[in-house]
Amino acid sequence: MNIFLPILPELSIFISAVLLLIVGLFVKNIKLIINLAIITLIIAIILVLVQPVQSAFNNSLTIDEFSKIAKTLILIGSLASIVMYHSSREDLNINLFEYPILILLATIGMMIMVSANDLIAIFIGLELQSLTLYVLAALNRNHLASSEAGLKYFLLGALSSGLLLFGLSYIYGFTGNTNLNLISTTVTSGNIGLIIGIVFVCSGIAFKVSAVPFHMWTPDVYEGAPTPVTAFFALAPKVAAIALAVRFLIVGFSDIAFDWQQIIIFLSIASMVFAAFAAIAQKNIKRLMAYSSIGHVGYALIGLACGTPQGISSLVIYLSIYLIMNIGVFSFILSMKNKGEYYENISDLSGLYKTHPYYSVVITILMFSLAGIPPLAGFFGKFYIFIAAIESNLLLLAIVGILASVIGAFYYLRIIKVIYFDESKNSFDGFSHRSLGLLTHPSAILILIFCLYPLPLIKISNYAASSFF
Amino acid sequence: MVISSKNPVHSVLFLILTFFNAAGLFVILHAEFLAMILIIVYVGAVAVLFLFVVMMLDFNFTKSKENVLQYMPFGIFIGVVFICELIIVLINTRLDLANIQILANPFLNFSDMTNTQALGSVLYTDYILYFQLSGVILLVAMIGSIVLTLRDRPGVRRQVIGEQLERNASSTVLKEVNSGEGIDI
Repeated sequence: MNIFLPILPELSIFISAVLLLIVGLFVKNIKLIINLAIITLIIAIILVLVQPVQSAFNNSLTIDEFSKIAKTLILIGSLASIVMYHSSREDLNINLFEYPILILLATIGMMIMVSANDLIAIFIGLELQSLTLYVLAALNRNHLASSEAGLKYFLLGALSSGLLLFGLSYIYGFTGNTNLNLISTTVTSGNIGLIIGIVFVCSGIAFKVSAVPFHMWTPDVYEGAPTPVTAFFALAPKVAAIALAVRFLIVGFSDIAFDWQQIIIFLSIASMVFAAFAAIAQKNIKRLMAYSSIGHVGYALIGLACGTPQGISSLVIYLSIYLIMNIGVFSFILSMKNKGEYYENISDLSGLYKTHPYYSVVITILMFSLAGIPPLAGFFGKFYIFIAAIESNLLLLAIVGILASVIGAFYYLRIIKVIYFDESKNSFDGFSHRSLGLLTHPSAILILIFCLYPLPLIKISNYAASSFF
Repeated sequence: MVISSKNPVHSVLFLILTFFNAAGLFVILHAEFLAMILIIVYVGAVAVLFLFVVMMLDFNFTKSKENVLQYMPFGIFIGVVFICELIIVLINTRLDLANIQILANPFLNFSDMTNTQALGSVLYTDYILYFQLSGVILLVAMIGSIVLTLRDRPGVRRQVIGEQLERNASSTVLKEVNSGEGIDI
C-alpha cells in the first residue's frame, strides 16, 4: 500500500471520478455531482499540500516543492471551471453529469504531467489530459462551432502528440534512458540526435501551451468551445504544460541549456509579438482572450528561457497571477448575458458603465491588470519576469516583452473605452448567479491587494524554484 | 494490391496479408511479442472492423477510380523518390555490427528470456503506474465517445423482455387481413 502513498491526491480524484460516474448514472441530480466533485478537488488540494517531498515509482514521479505549487494552481483552475459550469449549464443547455467527471480525469493527467520525471510518464500524463480536453471542446454537440472546435483540436492535438512522441523516442535512443535524472548524466553538447529530439518535444509542448508558431488552433477552439470549457483551457492545461516544460528542460537538459534556450527565446518572442498585433482586430471577447493567453504564455516562457532560480520563481509568480486574472475574466464573460442569452462581442459591452457602474469597475480592474498597469498584480507579474530576464543578460527578450505589452495594452484598453464612453446598447443581468460573483470578486480583490502584500506569493515562488537548484 | 484492387473487400484482405508480413518481419527481429500483438490487434480487431465498414457502406468504388490519372504523376514522383532512397540506403549503409553498443537495458539477463517473459516481469511491477494510467486513458476514451454520441431520444420503443415472455395464447389478438388492404390496430 505504501507505494501508492505518493500518488494519493491523484488516486483520491480517480476513485471519486469513478464513483461519481456510477452515481451520475442512477441519480439524475447534476448539482450533487458538481458539489461532490468540488469537495474532491478541495480534499486533493489539502492532500497535495501536506505531502512530503519524495520520489515514487522508481523515480518516475517526483513530488517536490515545484510540483506541489503547480498542482495546487491546476486544482484551483479545475475548481473554478467546475463552478463556472455550474453557473451556466442551464443557459448553455449542456446538462451533462460527465462534465465534472471529465474535468477530474483531466486534472489527474495534468498532475501526472507536473510530477513526471520520466519520458513515459510525461507522454501518458499529456495524453490523458489532451484526450479529455478534446472531448470537452466538443461537449456542446448540438452546436456546430463546438463540434468543429473539438474536431480541429483533436486532429492538431494528435499531430502534436505524434511530434512529441517522436522527439521522446529520439531522446531515449540517444541517451538510453527514460528517466530525466539519468538522462541529465549522459547529456553531452554537440549530440545532434539529442537536439533533434529536444526540438520535437519543444514543438509538441509549444502546441499544448499554444505558443506561436503552434497557436493556430487556439482562437477557433476558444471561440467554439462552451465558455466554461474555454476557461478551463486557459487555466489549468497552460499551467500544467509550462510546468512540464520547466521540469523537462531544467532537470533533464540543464547542461546543454544554450541549445534549448534559443528555441524557448524564439517561441517567447514570437508569441508576445504575434499576440499583441493579432488581438487588435478581434471582435469576439473569447477570441480576444485566446490571443491574450498566447501572449501571456510568451511572457511566462521568458522565465523559462532564463533558466535561473530567479527565472523559475518569476515564472511561478506570473502563472499564479495569470490564473487569478483569468478566473476573474472568464467568470465575467459568463455573466455577460441577458435573460439567458450570452453576449460574446466586445461591442455588446458598450455603455455598460451607465447601467452597471459597479460591474464595470470590476472588469476595469481585471483588464488593467491583464494589460499590466501598476499597481495591479498583472504589472508585478511582468515586472518580476523582466527583472529576471535582465539579470540573466537576456536584454532582447525584456525589450521585446515591454514593447509587446505596450501594444497589447491597446486591446485591453479598448474594452474599457467601449464600456465607459460608447452609447449604451444592451441591458445586462449582472452577476445573476451567486457563484460567478464568488469567483470574480476574490480574483479582483487579490489583484488589487497584491501590491500591498506581495511577500507570500514571492515566498511561495522561491519555495517552488528551490526544488531545481 | 491493397490500393489497386477493384473490390474493396479484396483490398482489406490484402491489408491483412500486409499485417502478416509485418508480423513476420518482427519475428525475424526476435520481437515475437510485437508480432503477436500486431496480429491480434490489427488483424483481429482493426481489419475486421474495416471489413465490416466496407461491407456496410454502399459506396460506388468504380467512380472513385475516374480521377486516378489526375494524381498519377505525383504518385509516380513520390514512388521514384522512395525507390531512390531505398537504393541509396542499400548502397551506403554498412552496419558495423561489432561496434553496436546497447546504451541501456532494463534486464541484466535479457538473453535468457523471451520478449514476452521480459515484458511480463516488469509490466505489473516496475511499470505498474504506466499500466494503470493507460487504463485511465482508455476509460476517458470510453466516457468521451459515449458523451459525444449518446442521445436520449423520447419515444424510443424498447424491447421489454419480461412482457414478451409473459404473453400467452389467450392475450394474443388475431385479426383477419385481406391482402393489399391493411387494418387499423
